[in-house]
Amino acid sequence: MSAARTLRGLLLAGLVLGAGAAQAVQPDEVLKDPAMEHRAREISSGLRCLVCQNQSIDDSDAPLAKDLRLIVRERLKAGDSNQGVEDYVVNRYGEFVLLRPVLALHTVLLWLTPLLAVLLGGFGIWRLSRRAAPAPERGLSASEQADVAALLRRE
Amino acid sequence: MIVEVGHFALALALALSLVQSVMPIWAARSGDAALRQVATPAALGAFACVLFAFAALTYAHATSDFSVQNVVENSHTTKPFIYKLSGVWGNHEGSMLLWILILTLFGAMVAVARESVPPVLRANTLAVQGFITFVFVLFVITTSNPFTRAVPAPVEGNDLNPLLQDFGLAVHPPLLYVGYVGFSITFAFAIAALIDGKIDAVWARAVRPWTLTAWSFLTLGIAMGSYWAYYELGWGGWWFWDPVENASLMPWIAGTALLHSTVVMEKRDALKVWTVLLAILTFSLSLLGTFIVRSGVLTSVHSFATDPTRGIFILAILILFIGGSLTLFAWRAPMLRQGGLFAPISREGALVMNNLFLVAACATVLVGTLYPLLLEMLTAEKISVGPPFFNYTFVPLAIPLLLIVPFGQTLAWKRGDALAASQRLFAALGLALAVGLATLAWTWGGPAMAPVGVGLGAYLIVGSVLEIVSRARGFGSSRTRAPGLIWRRAIGLPRSAWGTAIAHAGVGVVVLGIAAQGWATEGLATLKPGQTLATGPYVATLDRVAPRPGPNYEEVAAFLTIRDKAGDEIGQVDTGKRFYPSRKMTVTESGLLTRGVSQVYASLGEISPDGSIGLRLYYKPLVLLIWLGAVVMALGGGLSLTDRRMRVGAPARAKLKPVPPHAVPAE
Repeated sequence: MSAARTLRGLLLAGLVLGAGAAQAVQPDEVLKDPAMEHRAREISSGLRCLVCQNQSIDDSDAPLAKDLRLIVRERLKAGDSNQGVEDYVVNRYGEFVLLRPVLALHTVLLWLTPLLAVLLGGFGIWRLSRRAAPAPERGLSASEQADVAALLRRE
Repeated sequence: MIVEVGHFALALALALSLVQSVMPIWAARSGDAALRQVATPAALGAFACVLFAFAALTYAHATSDFSVQNVVENSHTTKPFIYKLSGVWGNHEGSMLLWILILTLFGAMVAVARESVPPVLRANTLAVQGFITFVFVLFVITTSNPFTRAVPAPVEGNDLNPLLQDFGLAVHPPLLYVGYVGFSITFAFAIAALIDGKIDAVWARAVRPWTLTAWSFLTLGIAMGSYWAYYELGWGGWWFWDPVENASLMPWIAGTALLHSTVVMEKRDALKVWTVLLAILTFSLSLLGTFIVRSGVLTSVHSFATDPTRGIFILAILILFIGGSLTLFAWRAPMLRQGGLFAPISREGALVMNNLFLVAACATVLVGTLYPLLLEMLTAEKISVGPPFFNYTFVPLAIPLLLIVPFGQTLAWKRGDALAASQRLFAALGLALAVGLATLAWTWGGPAMAPVGVGLGAYLIVGSVLEIVSRARGFGSSRTRAPGLIWRRAIGLPRSAWGTAIAHAGVGVVVLGIAAQGWATEGLATLKPGQTLATGPYVATLDRVAPRPGPNYEEVAAFLTIRDKAGDEIGQVDTGKRFYPSRKMTVTESGLLTRGVSQVYASLGEISPDGSIGLRLYYKPLVLLIWLGAVVMALGGGLSLTDRRMRVGAPARAKLKPVPPHAVPAE
C-alpha cells in the first residue's frame, strides 16, 4: 500500500469517525472479569436505547447507549446485583427503558394475553365439540303436508 | 411525457376498478348474467393500466428523470443501475404502486381462472377485489402520488437510503407483498361468500390454492427480510421482534392457521364460519402490516417518512376494511349453515389445536406490539415491549404447537386412535430423545434449552419422513414391507402429501437452526494488522486495513484471514465501513464466511487514527438452517400447489406406470 493511499485511508477513517460511527460494545468497555462482563451484556440486552428507533443499548451505536453501558458496568463493579442495576437505571430513565415490561397492574393484561387466548379458545372449542349433533330429520307436520298438497293441486 | 401517461393510466385503473367492483353486485341484483361478465375485462384492464403506470415510474427511475419528485428523493446519478430499478419500491409511493400492481395481478388471475371457480363466486370475488383496488388507487392518487413533478427540476437527486442499497431490496418487498396481497384474494372470497350467504367445500377448494400461494411467498419474504437484517444491520441477530417484523409475522401466523382450517373445511365440512373469520383476520393483519410502517405510530428501524394527512387516510382504510368486514361477518355469519362436528382425537381435532395455538401466538404478538401504544394513549405511561417479552411468551406457545404436528399427521380423520398414533410415532419420539440427549451430553455445560430445540427439530423432521413411509406402506391388507414397493408407492402419493411432509420438515430445519444459536460465540477486540481474535473454533488474523472506493460511496475495509484451531487457513473475509456522501450516512458491511451451513460473521467497528480497528467476530453454527428451513417450507407449499386436486377442471393426466392399488386414507 502506498503512503498516499494510507494517508487517504486515514483521512477517510477520520471522516467515518466524524460521521458519528461507533459500534455497540467497544473493546475498551469490556470488563476484566468475564463473569461480570457476561452479566453486563445480559443486563444491557434488556435495556432500551432511548434515542434509537428500536434497539437495546447492547446493539446500539448511539453515544447515549454507550454512556448507559458504562453506567451498567460501573454499578456492577460497585457490587450491585442485576436487579439492583436495573432498578438504578429505571430510577433515572423510567420504565420505558426496560425491554421486558415489569409485571404490575398496568401490564397484567399484556402478560396474561397468551394464557387468556389459550383458555378462551380452549373453552370455545370445548363448547363447540359438546354441541349436540344437528336434529335428526323429521317428517313433515300435518300442516306442512296440507301446504304441499295445496301447492301440488295448484300446478 | 411518459410520466403523465403513467399518471393517466393510474387514473384509468381507478375507474376500471370501480366498474369491476360495482357491476357484478348490480348484476346479482338484476339477474343479468351478461353484466356479471363485465368484471373479467375490467379486472384485466385495471391490471394492464397499473402495469403501465408501474413501468412508467420504473422508466423514470431507470433514466434518473429528476423532474419527478419521487426520483429526486430516492435516486442519484451515481447509484448502481440495479438499485435504480429496486429503488422504485424503496420508498412509500413506489412501494404502494407495487402493492397495487400485485393486487391487480391477483385480480386478473382470478378473472382468467375460469374452470376452478364457480361463476357467481368468481364475480363476487372480483367485485370485492375491485373495491380494494379502487380504495388503494384512490389512496395513492390523492395522498401518495409517485408521479408528482419537481419544479424546478434539480440536477441531482438525494439518493436512496444506503441501508436499502442492497440486493435484499430487490427481492424482499416483492416477495412480501405477493404474500400480503395474496391474502386479499382469500379475503375477497370470504366476503363474497358472506354476501352470497353460501359456503361449502367448493369454496374451500377454490380458496386453498390462493392461500397456499400467498403463504409460500410470505414465508420466503419474511425469511429473506430476516437474512437481510442479519447481514446488513451488522448486529448478527436474525430476528429482533421489531414492530415491523411483527407486522409481517402476524399475517403469516394467521395465514398458517387459515391454511390448516381450510383443509378441515374441505375434508370434513366443518369450521366454516371460523375459516371465513380467519380469512378476514389474515388480510386485516396484512393491511395493518402494510400501514403500521407508514402511519408513524410505532417506532421501528423500518419507518418510512410520514405525513399526517396520509395517516388519517390510512386510519380510514383500516376502519373501512377491518371494521366493515367484521361487521358484515357479525351480520351474515349466523346465516351460514354450520357444518360437521369433530371428535377431539382426530386429524381435524389436531388441526383445531393447531389453530388454537397459532391464534394465541398471533394474539400475543398483536397485543405485545400495540400495548405500549394503547397504554400511553390511555394512561400516559410509557413502557417498552421488547424481545425478552416475546421470547418469554411466544416460545411456550410454539412448543406444544410443534409437538402436535407429527401427531396430527398420524391421526385419522373423524376418529383417531391416540395410542396407535403414539406407537407409530414411537420411532420419531425415541430418535428425537436420543438426538437431544446426545447433544446434551456432547455440549455438557452449555445452554440448557438448545439440546431441547435440537431434539424438537429432529422430532419434526423424523416425523415427516415417517408420515410418508407409513402412508406408502399402506394399511390393512395391502400393508407391505417390501422396500421397492414402498418406494414406488411413496412416489405415487399425492403431491399435497409430499408438500405437507416437506413443509413440516422445513419447520424442523428452522427449529434446528434457531436452537443451534444457543452455541453461537462472539469475540470482540481492538486489533492492529497482524493481530488475531479467536471465537468458537476459529481464529481471525487482521491482514490489513485499506480503502476500497465504490461507485457512490467511500469505504474502508478490514481484510481478515480465518484459520481453524490447528492453524490451517479456512478462507478470507472482509468487512467494511461505507460512507455515502450523498446522504452523509455510514453503514457497516459485515463479512460472512460460509462453512457448510455455519457462518463466521465479521463486523468492523471503530477505526482509530493509529491504524487499529475494533472488530466483532461471531461464530454462528448452523445459522443458515434458519432461512434454508423457511425455503424448504415454501417449497412444500409450492409442491402442494401443483397437486392435481388444485387444478379442478384440468384434464386428469394418465399415469405412465400404474402404481399398485393400495388403500390410502383420504387426506
